Amino acid sequence: MRYEDVTVGQELPELAIPLTRTMIVATALAGRDYQDVHHDPDLAVQRGSKDVFMNILTSNGLVERFVTGWAGPAARVKGIKIRLGAPNYPGDTMTMTGSVSAKDDDARRVEVAVRGVNAIGPHVTGTVTIELSEGAA
Amino acid sequence: MNYEERLQSWVGRRLSEPRRGQDPVNVPMIRHWVEAMEDDNPVFLDEDAARATGRDGVVAPASMMQAWTMRGYKASVNADSAPPTGGDELVALLAEGGYTSVVATDSEFTFERELVPGDHVSVEERVESISPEKTTGLGTGRFISTIRTYRDANGEVVATQKWRTLRFRPAEKPKPKALRPRPAINPDNAFWFEAAKEHRLVIQRCADCKSLRHPPGPCCPQCGSFAWDTVESSGNGHVYSYVVNHHPRHPAFDYPLIVAVIELAEGTRLIANMTGIEPADVRIGMPVALDWIDPDPDLSLPVFRPAGPRSQT
Repeated sequence: MRYEDVTVGQELPELAIPLTRTMIVATALAGRDYQDVHHDPDLAVQRGSKDVFMNILTSNGLVERFVTGWAGPAARVKGIKIRLGAPNYPGDTMTMTGSVSAKDDDARRVEVAVRGVNAIGPHVTGTVTIELSEGAA
Repeated sequence: MNYEERLQSWVGRRLSEPRRGQDPVNVPMIRHWVEAMEDDNPVFLDEDAARATGRDGVVAPASMMQAWTMRGYKASVNADSAPPTGGDELVALLAEGGYTSVVATDSEFTFERELVPGDHVSVEERVESISPEKTTGLGTGRFISTIRTYRDANGEVVATQKWRTLRFRPAEKPKPKALRPRPAINPDNAFWFEAAKEHRLVIQRCADCKSLRHPPGPCCPQCGSFAWDTVESSGNGHVYSYVVNHHPRHPAFDYPLIVAVIELAEGTRLIANMTGIEPADVRIGMPVALDWIDPDPDLSLPVFRPAGPRSQT
């Protein structure tokens, strides 16, 4: 994606992410997050959750994947700002949508508003800022 | 210092000494991450593809920043193994205020540069603000905002992260009221409880000698007959005797609990609770009238209130 080709309001292709138990556990461990609520269903229930749930590092990782997947490998991520809502539980699907919310021509930065919604409601809302430097395609 | 001042004294303070990640940025951890995320951006693992984008070589995903400074398995499962930090002290102070639960609400990363294999990241965290008590859907609590600063081995800032958590008192869920003890229903007394479900107070009657009896039984204590039928009580009677139960308590009942022996106008007696009257006002001999309670879907029971106009209690 070239900076010049991006327009404010442009929509990103929707991305549906199946939330399997294996994926929720594997992503937590990939970030060295060993909190039991992310892998041990019994302890998660004891702590008041209905099941294990996705950790925040993974929410960050998935919004990065969603935006750079659209923008291409040349994009450099300059900011990820997210607000968390409904937990991502196994068996659900998170559908990610996004649109370009701002452009900064001097810095060649593009801000994308993102939203990941599961069956309960919005899991993550926020913005990802990327830089598309000159010549990057 | 009062509690609020003690809390606010944390604003601006560092929650821990700068802590260095267990390992430098490395390809095996990046591979594990991008495979689990199903992120097929080639700049993380493919040197040539990374160079083709103007980079010097592969880079780490931006979102992995926090992962490089996680404490690791050993410290996570054995929290006592590490010396207490300021963060632990603040958590204890919040727990003192009743804010024992935690949920992260916001993470705002700003990245100064991409990390590359070999970078060794450390992090420190400072308290930015502690909100006044707020009521949320989860419970009453305080938003704790901190700033985490990530630095490379040269001390240069590579990223900052605004981090907001809600420390809260879990909203009390109304406990389902305990059920009253189940009556021991058998073929000889089932008719009585069945009638009670229809809010009918019945009395067993001997089919031969016509004497009334309660509690229900298979055989007439007067003539020995096994034949019986029932009559419906008028519901009028008087207090024959009573006790006020204070202890021990069963969670299904409200205390103090009046347990009365009611003598019905028909002459039989039954044990029932009283309603519409304070325990101190109950008198032996006082006239009472029948009322019904349905403590749970499967149970209806007679209770008695003072006869006459309903007392204003």
